[in-house]
Amino acid sequence: MMRLPDFELRRPRTLAEAATILAGEGPAARPLAGGTDLLPNMKRRQQTPRVLVALGEIPGLRTFTNGAALAIGAGTTLAALAADTRMAQYGALAQAAARVASPQLRNQATLGGNLCLDTRCSYYDQSEPWRRAIGCCLKKDGDTCWVATASRRCVAVSSSDCAPALVALGARVRLVSREGTREVALEDFYRDDGMDHLVKRPDEILSAVDVPDAQGWRSTYWKLRRRGAIDFPVLGVAAAVKRDTAGTIEAARVALGAAGSRPFLVPQASEALIGRTLDDATIAATARRVAARAKPVDNTDFETRWRKDVATQLVSYALRELRGEDLGAIRRRF
Amino acid sequence: MTARERYSVIGKARRRVDGRAKVLGQTRFADDLTLPRMVHAKLLRSPHPHAEIVRVDTSRAAAWPGVLLVLTGADFPIGYGILPVTPDEYPLARERVRYVGDPVAAVVARDERTAEAALAAIEVEYRPLRTIADAADALAHPEPRLHAYSEQGNIHRLQALEFGDVEEALAGADRVFEDLYFYQGSTHLPIEQHAALAALEPDGRLALWSSTQVPHYLHRMMARVLGRPAARVRIVACPNGGGFGGKTDLCNHEFVVARAAERLGRPVKICLTREEVFYMHRGRHPVTMRLRTGVTQDGRITGMHLQTLLDGGAYASYGVASVFYTGALQAMTYEIPRYKWEGCRTFTNKPPCGPKRGHGTPQPRFAQEVQLDRIAEALEKDPAELRLGIVAKPGSLSTNWFRIGSIGLAECIDEVVTRSGWRGKHRRLPQGRGVGIACGSYMSGVSHPIYRNAMPLSGVQILLDRSGQVTVFSGATEVGQGSDDVLAALVAEVLGIGTDDVRCVTGDTALTPVDLGSYSSRVTLMMGNAAIAAAERVRGQLAEAAAAKLETTTEAIVFAEGRVFRTDDPARALAFHEAVIAAEERFGTLGAVGSYTPPPHTALYKGGGIGPSPAYSYTACVVEVAVDEATGWVSVEKVWIAHDIGRTLNRTLAEGQVIGSVYMALGEALMEEQAFRRLPPKLSDALVHRAPSMLDYKSPTALDMPEVDVVLVEDPDPNGPFGAKEVGQGPLLPVMPALANAVYDAIGVRIDEVPVTPGKILRALERKARGEPARVGPEHFPDVPYPEPLFVPPPWEGGDGREIRREVKLR
Repeated sequence: MMRLPDFELRRPRTLAEAATILAGEGPAARPLAGGTDLLPNMKRRQQTPRVLVALGEIPGLRTFTNGAALAIGAGTTLAALAADTRMAQYGALAQAAARVASPQLRNQATLGGNLCLDTRCSYYDQSEPWRRAIGCCLKKDGDTCWVATASRRCVAVSSSDCAPALVALGARVRLVSREGTREVALEDFYRDDGMDHLVKRPDEILSAVDVPDAQGWRSTYWKLRRRGAIDFPVLGVAAAVKRDTAGTIEAARVALGAAGSRPFLVPQASEALIGRTLDDATIAATARRVAARAKPVDNTDFETRWRKDVATQLVSYALRELRGEDLGAIRRRF
Repeated sequence: MTARERYSVIGKARRRVDGRAKVLGQTRFADDLTLPRMVHAKLLRSPHPHAEIVRVDTSRAAAWPGVLLVLTGADFPIGYGILPVTPDEYPLARERVRYVGDPVAAVVARDERTAEAALAAIEVEYRPLRTIADAADALAHPEPRLHAYSEQGNIHRLQALEFGDVEEALAGADRVFEDLYFYQGSTHLPIEQHAALAALEPDGRLALWSSTQVPHYLHRMMARVLGRPAARVRIVACPNGGGFGGKTDLCNHEFVVARAAERLGRPVKICLTREEVFYMHRGRHPVTMRLRTGVTQDGRITGMHLQTLLDGGAYASYGVASVFYTGALQAMTYEIPRYKWEGCRTFTNKPPCGPKRGHGTPQPRFAQEVQLDRIAEALEKDPAELRLGIVAKPGSLSTNWFRIGSIGLAECIDEVVTRSGWRGKHRRLPQGRGVGIACGSYMSGVSHPIYRNAMPLSGVQILLDRSGQVTVFSGATEVGQGSDDVLAALVAEVLGIGTDDVRCVTGDTALTPVDLGSYSSRVTLMMGNAAIAAAERVRGQLAEAAAAKLETTTEAIVFAEGRVFRTDDPARALAFHEAVIAAEERFGTLGAVGSYTPPPHTALYKGGGIGPSPAYSYTACVVEVAVDEATGWVSVEKVWIAHDIGRTLNRTLAEGQVIGSVYMALGEALMEEQAFRRLPPKLSDALVHRAPSMLDYKSPTALDMPEVDVVLVEDPDPNGPFGAKEVGQGPLLPVMPALANAVYDAIGVRIDEVPVTPGKILRALERKARGEPARVGPEHFPDVPYPEPLFVPPPWEGGDGREIRREVKLR
């Protein structure tokens, strides 16, 4: 079987202790939460941290509070998140969490881990011998991006499901280091760079996610993938709208995942939606404008052209569901 | 056996004899085995698709702490091949590497991690050669040549056979259909990765426990490669965690751990990673096909001409057989008065292809069954009715001289047509919904061993002791298909006992008589007949002894429910073990052997040895799909499948084989691809497997499986044990074309290749909208230098099954 490289395991009991270890060890240390992304990557030698700082024994990372807003400990498992009744108001996040990987992985994987998920690429998510057989790539040990050989930038794709959902919900994340805590809007947490996709410094720990009050909002998440039982998204659409009693949209946020190296908000969607109702024409126009922002490249599952072709459909499914249509049959298809 | 139609064991839905152990995790697969002082091996594999090995320096690796041994090609001067005609492989490459993943060196160390770390210390200098990427590339580039022995350039093998003058038959047809098809390669994806453990036994014999489907062939070749007498080698085939053909070849690592155990005098184990299993491969060949078929206006075939082009990968494997199987079994299903097929297998710099469930047959079956759907539409006939009108006849000879015994295909078609409500659905469902039908046929074991000999193809030994215990020894290999259960059931049925009373000892060349292996769907029929022969012999002895005790004749003795009793007075009976004691008193130690040799075959032409079987199974399938025209997404709503199994031995197992076949078939039909990435040739020679992992090689999950309605049609075949035929492979064959035909029925586009992906469907719909041919599939068939075919008159045109000069007129 594939074996892990050697590493030292540290098991701090407090967040402060964890931050101190990370500050002391520098970039050679990595926080370890559920491990469902990091450990397979280590087996493939994509990352070989000398020190792993396990966060599992730190109290408070799994707290979950709701008042006017929602504060979710980053160590909350995706299974716990998906099953929590307090999530009812936050449809996009509940649906996204329930659709990450498989039940076994969701029992282990954490929200923080899903938000920090390494970017993915079919030239990169391979064993070390495989990567050597292509002369490696820009993201790791090489100097060519094989997806786009003229590209100076790594185009590995952000494959988190929870990230676009939380971007649509306007979430912020708390980053803790020895210097203190800072808050960052989730949409600003990511860079459009497959190699350096997080603004989080190596000495920072993502400790919690704050989601604003969703009173009056309705949100949903649609995931395009090969198999409903496990796969990463090849496109994620998160949409949230706030409507008045007449159904006129007062506010709207649509975010795309797996459409680039970061999840991103599509401002054109808000422009297309605000002041209108979710009628067929508005949905069609919005879907076209959102889908135009999805520029898939050949670094994940499915033909690139098909992923582009169906983006409009996926966005329109999300918007149709928000106006109350029952799309259960279509949902079961994907 | 026909006198006794009431069976007490066979035919029932039973828990398989090895089921409990498997469910409880007690079955010992090869990687579960541990021996004292055991050490571990890892293989260094080529990073180049095609290169000469200039130099290998192992000195740093050999000095690595914890490393016990480093092996290279120099340690293996003798090559091997599963087919004796193509011994083109070495355990470790000697001069040339031919695909990314080709093993070059091995490290044996105290643990797996140390061995893996030391691999990096081996220095190999390569001189890269041009990459041959696919079949078209191989045809266009005879140099650099992968193998000097190939037929020409990078063409491994050309084959052409013609049964009657096909051009004349096509000229006499009312309509001739010509279509191109492509069938993508796929791999077996067994849950168990290959593992092997080698050790010297206390008597100095070398033993190898391995996840292999072919312990006998491995036994022969291991002796040759190691230079040991075969009697000093023991191969134990551990229960396989799935094989599907992926473990029917000889594997590099099996020889490596055997040599290492010899050298070190310590047990040596290896377990491949999942990625390495993708490199071992031996899976489905990608095949491009041209099919020309002549038909009369009333839907009868006048002649068929099939051309195939196979992308074989880097080594021969079973390739000579594979190319034959793209043609050999095409004339078993329907009446085809004249038939010509031409096949070509190419060498390319990819993991070798070989036999996967259906071996060479699913590809042309897909072509033929999709084309029949086209023919039915053009002739304005119902596709099911068209097929019913041309079903091959029982007890006949096929166009290519194979003997067809029982054939329950018409009943299979009737079953799936009725149960699916076909007549109310085909061309009648709303847009986006559709049904498709297809059929298939497969061998119940090939009638020849892969090396020429006149010995039986399967042997079974049976041993009885006075406790009443019955032990059955067979070389057959339990690969998950249930061969141990079949063995126990047949012996139990003959002796009137339960399967719990039978102990199976299987797949161990030191203990069991030879069986050729678990491939070509041969075990139930061949091992089964041998088992019945052995069991009937001991039953004869038991009957004679019991008759004496019970004061009657042997004819009046019946074996049932663990007792041996008089038919005229069932109260006068012996318990089974009492009958054994009586027989042991009378005859001494009780035991018997049975063996199976198939009936002589009638295909006497050169090449006629590939395809003849004692019995052929038949299958019909209807698939219903919903296709979303906005996304091209195909949802399989339900599958109805009827399989002519001859006789069901264990209903649970048989239905499981059918459902498993449907599962594997839907994977091939919808998503699976053993596909490769060619980097831009200006920048790189690289040619790598796109997705050598279980996450990224897309195969359906349980969630993706539709409901499957299984019917087992029982038309007992005189050559089968209690009439049984195969069920492991045939049910896969019709599913892919039935699905493609259903997609056409749903949205009116033809996808003439598998997998049928949503992207291809959208492209076909776009073409349809533009008024172009509403199809996606190959646009042209490459020029292949097929030779002049061997000409054999079909049985109804005279001759004796041998080839003749074409100009000779018979009759």
